[in-house]
Amino acid sequence: MEKLISKYFVPGKTFSLTEFEQDGGYQAAHAVFDKFPDPKALVEEVKKSNLRGLGGAGFPAGMKWSLVPQNTGKPVYLVVNADEGEPGTFKDKYIMRHVPHLLLEGMIIAAYANNVHKAYIYIRGEYTHPYDMLQKAVKEAYDKGYLGKKIFGREFALDVVVHRGAGAYICGEETGLLESLEGKKGFPRLKPPFPAVVGLFGCPTVINNVETLSYLPYIINRGAEWFAKLGSEKNGGLRLFSVSGHVQKPGVYELPLGVSLREIIYTHAGGIRGDRKLKAVVPGGLSAAIFRADEIDVGMDFDQLRAKNTMAGSAGVIVMDETTCIVKALYVTMRFYGHESCGQCSPCREGTGWVSKILRRVAEGRGRTGDVNNLLDICSFMGGTTICALADGAAMPLRSYIEKFREEFEYYVTHGKSMVDGAALETAAAAVAH
Amino acid sequence: MPKLTIDGKEIEVAPGTRVIEAAKRVSVDAPYYCYHPGLSIAGNCRMCLVEVEKMPKLQIACHLQATDGMVVRTHTERVLKTRQHILEFLLVNHPLDCPVCDQAGECWLQDYYMKHGLYDSRVSEDKNKKPKAVPIGPTVMLDAERCILCSRCIRFCDEVSKTSELGIINRGDHGEIAVFPGKELNNPYSGNVVDICPVGALTDRDFRFKMRVWYLKEEDSLCNGCSRGCNIQVHYNLDRPHHTGGERVMRLKPRFNEDVNKWWMCDEGRYGYKFHDQNRILQTAARTGGKFQEKTWEVLIPEVARRISEGRTAVLVSPQLSNEEIFLIRKVFAEKLGSQDLFLLSPNADGFQDDILIRADKNPNTRGAAELGFKASPEALQNLAEQINRGEIKGLVVFGQDVYERFEKLGIKAELNRLAWSVFIGSNHNLMSESATYVLPSATYVEKEGTFTNFEGRVQKFNKVLEPLGQARSEWEILEALARELGHGLSYAAAEEIFHELALAEPFFHGMDYEKMTRGGSDIRSMAMPTIPALEQQDNLL
Repeated sequence: MEKLISKYFVPGKTFSLTEFEQDGGYQAAHAVFDKFPDPKALVEEVKKSNLRGLGGAGFPAGMKWSLVPQNTGKPVYLVVNADEGEPGTFKDKYIMRHVPHLLLEGMIIAAYANNVHKAYIYIRGEYTHPYDMLQKAVKEAYDKGYLGKKIFGREFALDVVVHRGAGAYICGEETGLLESLEGKKGFPRLKPPFPAVVGLFGCPTVINNVETLSYLPYIINRGAEWFAKLGSEKNGGLRLFSVSGHVQKPGVYELPLGVSLREIIYTHAGGIRGDRKLKAVVPGGLSAAIFRADEIDVGMDFDQLRAKNTMAGSAGVIVMDETTCIVKALYVTMRFYGHESCGQCSPCREGTGWVSKILRRVAEGRGRTGDVNNLLDICSFMGGTTICALADGAAMPLRSYIEKFREEFEYYVTHGKSMVDGAALETAAAAVAH
Repeated sequence: MPKLTIDGKEIEVAPGTRVIEAAKRVSVDAPYYCYHPGLSIAGNCRMCLVEVEKMPKLQIACHLQATDGMVVRTHTERVLKTRQHILEFLLVNHPLDCPVCDQAGECWLQDYYMKHGLYDSRVSEDKNKKPKAVPIGPTVMLDAERCILCSRCIRFCDEVSKTSELGIINRGDHGEIAVFPGKELNNPYSGNVVDICPVGALTDRDFRFKMRVWYLKEEDSLCNGCSRGCNIQVHYNLDRPHHTGGERVMRLKPRFNEDVNKWWMCDEGRYGYKFHDQNRILQTAARTGGKFQEKTWEVLIPEVARRISEGRTAVLVSPQLSNEEIFLIRKVFAEKLGSQDLFLLSPNADGFQDDILIRADKNPNTRGAAELGFKASPEALQNLAEQINRGEIKGLVVFGQDVYERFEKLGIKAELNRLAWSVFIGSNHNLMSESATYVLPSATYVEKEGTFTNFEGRVQKFNKVLEPLGQARSEWEILEALARELGHGLSYAAAEEIFHELALAEPFFHGMDYEKMTRGGSDIRSMAMPTIPALEQQDNLL
């Protein structure tokens, strides 16, 4: 299998502009202006490629671009979502650390397609090294005339600003990100209007993930049809799977959309560590519903996973072996959402906190009859009732962990300790969840 | 025009109408906390989730725009169950300290729990602790534990007062309302955040713990604090003087009027009610020698009438008086007695003004006085002072105002001492009341009824809320008694009759119907008068 992006993931190395160009970099960005005299044709080309939004939502990238109005009299902005906050996901970090110019090249292509002259990269605050590499790359590109007033000497201006987040998960939600970028608290916005129409500073805005943009040069160089064929039906190309947890070889694997989960775990990631048995897998970042070990013969694309009531999400594959206590795993998971809920909508603000407090109590061995049913009941009013998808993202693991491993929860409540490791969490001095 | 169906009721609405407003119009109850028609949409409380055909998810009615053919259901099992659980969420970290909460009785958490909740609590976890009883400004107290983070107060400060003192700090269920560093909630409209706070998070430092709200009675009125004429409600209590030190008016609240003040009122008006119960003149009195002596109305009315008839008497009209009272003064003194010596004294006409509600002219009826022919003029008052000096004018009738203070500003205070006699007809003590020959106590605006004409030329009615304190009477009753004594048989049963006469006599008031104003100017739109630009200029006089 040919590697596209991940061939650059050489340990300890960041490709400079010169090195990137020697490898064929920036050819697509150079070529795109003459290849597509009409930017609309470029949008059509990307539509044909079946490139999906690889940040997690899987919205067709070309379709997203075609929703941006070009006649409002306002500028169109490009915002790169480099916040990569979904637990279990670390692919964008690799791109920005090893080959930041690939992202910049993709941004030039997207900017041309959408008539954008100002682009922002909103990078996760904790990504200090990738940030440095990205800043260095932006400077190189400006110095070389690849960014700025006349990029490649053409009548096309593109300025790029790299903006660091301050470490909030919710700022990875695209409208929370826009608020944060505007200098406000990261509260997701009510939709409609969608950011394509009213986005950054009230202007039409294209928001794309780092990885999505990084595949654009390949689509320009080799054609949309070639790219579409790499993946599965309506799920074009490859994507970077971040595999973590109890596998022999955790890491980032670039594989076609639609690849089976079993293949990822056993062929590429080397199987379960210490020859233990697989217990459960989260297929698409922490917010995706969990699979039991017997459910891993599934194609990893947006549509097949949706059909299994979970999601491809950010392709963060979290593998848990038989030593994992699902109750404790869920407690840690829900503590995360309680900590990261922005607090705008009452079901999410109160629900995530409440659930994590209940789970904390259960995990400490102080569970009560009714706790498990209450958790499921609370869960059903958290999902689908809020402005953004954070509460849905919390509800999915909550419901699926309990439904698929209910006996472990019942055991924990009844016996006051884990069915797996026979122990309970130490009671916190203050029984406050977070 | 989109036509939609809400719980089986069809309604046609203007494009862009939110479903929550459409629901109100067909009397369908869609509960909410964060929504406020005067503020931007936040959509965060999720209380107004409704079911819409062809939409898989429940939709918030406050944000959803009505479209043609939309079918909305607000009382399905799914909606009712969701509402119940939204309430449950809102109460997870709520301290449930209703017994010591000043909001109890007008709390939307209590009300909606009784209407939509009624579940048994499942919460057995420790609640998050947050700051309580934090004074965030001179008028507002914050209890962060009771807050449901609806953000109404923040939006008010951002969008209406445009002062932006408030924000939410921290995240998730640790979020709380706070004042930005180095600021306090101290703007001319701070008190409104208490009105729009649906729970006990923001309470009024002036009102809190004075009285449980269920003991309050309310009546519609007008604010007399400036020439805007904000529509208000007077909240009062007469039954618990042991708790209130005998004071009757407990607080003022704004009353919605689209054309005048929307949902708001300023702090100056809101907290300017104390004069109704404090520093009041309760007793009719006359000065003999250097001392005041209590005398009855029966003695004083003939005596004052006699002094008036003895020689030239100047009358100082006040823009604090109602249209009816000014009309009656003009009728008695100018028309019946033929006096030329009527003057409008307009205090505080050049105060603070903004482009929200507050007007520079702190008098409620300057425009009404102008329409009845009274305009403030420093020259006329100088002229009056000279006439007093020359001994041509011997007596002075003063309505309400502290003439000493006003004359001092004009440098003509000394002339007042040359008067043979003066009568002060007013509600509260001041320098003038201390030095007048006769003091006749009058009612404050909550103790009588009448109309004010605001700066735009809008005539609005204020209602009688309370009986006058002590021996106080309304000005029109005093005028009527004086006129009768002077041999001009005037007889009115109520202020309303004066208004009828006024509406017939004065072109500006033609066609206005007092009946239509019974609820404090609710029907004012039909009586809206065009603004006369020349009159606007008067704000700077005196």
